[in-house]
Amino acid sequence: MTMVYEDDEAASDVPVRKIRFTINGQKKIAEVEPRLLLSHLIRRGAGLTGTHMGCDTTNCGACTVLVDGAAVKSCTMLAVQADGHSIETVEGLASASELHPLQEGFKQEHGLQCGFCTPGMMMAAKALLARNPDPTEEDIRWALSGNLCRCTGYQNIVKSVLWAAAKMRGER
Amino acid sequence: MYPSRFRYEAPHSLTEAIGLLHDGGENAKVLAGGQSLVPLMKLRFASPELVVDINNVPGLAYHTVDPDGTLRIGALCRHVDLERSDVLNPTMAAAAPLIADPIVRNRGTLAGSLCHADPQGDWASVVLALGGSVVARGPNGQRTIALKDFVHGPFENALAPDEIAVEVVIPAATGTRQGGYLKLERRVGDFATVGVAVAVETANGTVTKAGIGLTGVGGSTIAATEAARALTGQPLTPDTISRAADLAAEAARPRTDHRGSADYKRHMVRVFTERILSNSNGTGHEEKAA
Repeated sequence: MTMVYEDDEAASDVPVRKIRFTINGQKKIAEVEPRLLLSHLIRRGAGLTGTHMGCDTTNCGACTVLVDGAAVKSCTMLAVQADGHSIETVEGLASASELHPLQEGFKQEHGLQCGFCTPGMMMAAKALLARNPDPTEEDIRWALSGNLCRCTGYQNIVKSVLWAAAKMRGER
Repeated sequence: MYPSRFRYEAPHSLTEAIGLLHDGGENAKVLAGGQSLVPLMKLRFASPELVVDINNVPGLAYHTVDPDGTLRIGALCRHVDLERSDVLNPTMAAAAPLIADPIVRNRGTLAGSLCHADPQGDWASVVLALGGSVVARGPNGQRTIALKDFVHGPFENALAPDEIAVEVVIPAATGTRQGGYLKLERRVGDFATVGVAVAVETANGTVTKAGIGLTGVGGSTIAATEAARALTGQPLTPDTISRAADLAAEAARPRTDHRGSADYKRHMVRVFTERILSNSNGTGHEEKAA
């Protein structure tokens, strides 16, 4: 993270830590101020703007990423805490040639309208499907209950995840 | 939003962590799950100069049952670990899936929740009902603080600035334990409008021990001691249950706010207490969508 300061005095007060982490399979090293949030490291440091900042108060789940496979609200974790850990963001879902089944599911079932909540929804859904490849509608609603959507009424998001789960089980 | 500037340390041992806290004094804070502390720091309600992150301290992410039935929960045991546990008493098992939302539960900790001492926090009522306590470790060793003495008031706990809550202890049941936790919330992840934790032990059809904790209906977590006392030595009948529910509602000190009127909240304390005691498996699931 490049920071620009007015003078030596201002810069000398700033504690900085060097961290090493993996993001979407790529190893990274960053020098961060401890108060930097993980969401900012991802968006500004790594340049991966697919992770959205919604409420900034741990409510909406738009900033959800996976840390060592567990869904985490990245606005509520310090970037320094990512030291030694592995992060997955929405950019890590698709391969060079193919969409991830979740992305395909959201497309097929119209799981998004404005799309702002979608990255967080997909990452929370990915964590669910890793644990439970054959979730019920209720399982999905439970797993996504920390992610808010103001457009869809959730119906098509749930359908999208069901679609993806079926695809990942080889049933589609 | 950014927190104000702070120094960050991530020690690898409790001794080191306690030393850092000791040097940091009043301006140091322990960071475990961070699901309350980080938002507070972002809103600048909390501006610690030193944050001591204990996530790298090994051996704190456990919950185990001793041979005598005592349940011990380490400082880094996350809500999700408890939600997936099969060794919990009915009150904790009912509460675990109702803490915040599934994503927050991946990081937040029970011990941290108790330390945060939010009057609307669920775990404090649960641990209070179960007669639990917090083990605090500081430079001069370890002490055990009963939860009723641990929560001092809204967002205030009994820890010295250089103490860390390393473990939460739930005593073993002497009789058959039953109970539950019911929570009224406007949506998943909102603070409790009302929460009621009930833990009852029975032997030969008689209540031998009872605890009732109330969430969100006062300036602090409330122990409905009169209600619990009224149950002790009695069988659980519609009459004794109704009397306890009345007393629990009387113990509540709710205020009218955007979540509901004081009368409504008091009424819900009564309803929840009666409901948990009546079916004895108050899982709380039926309240999820409320």
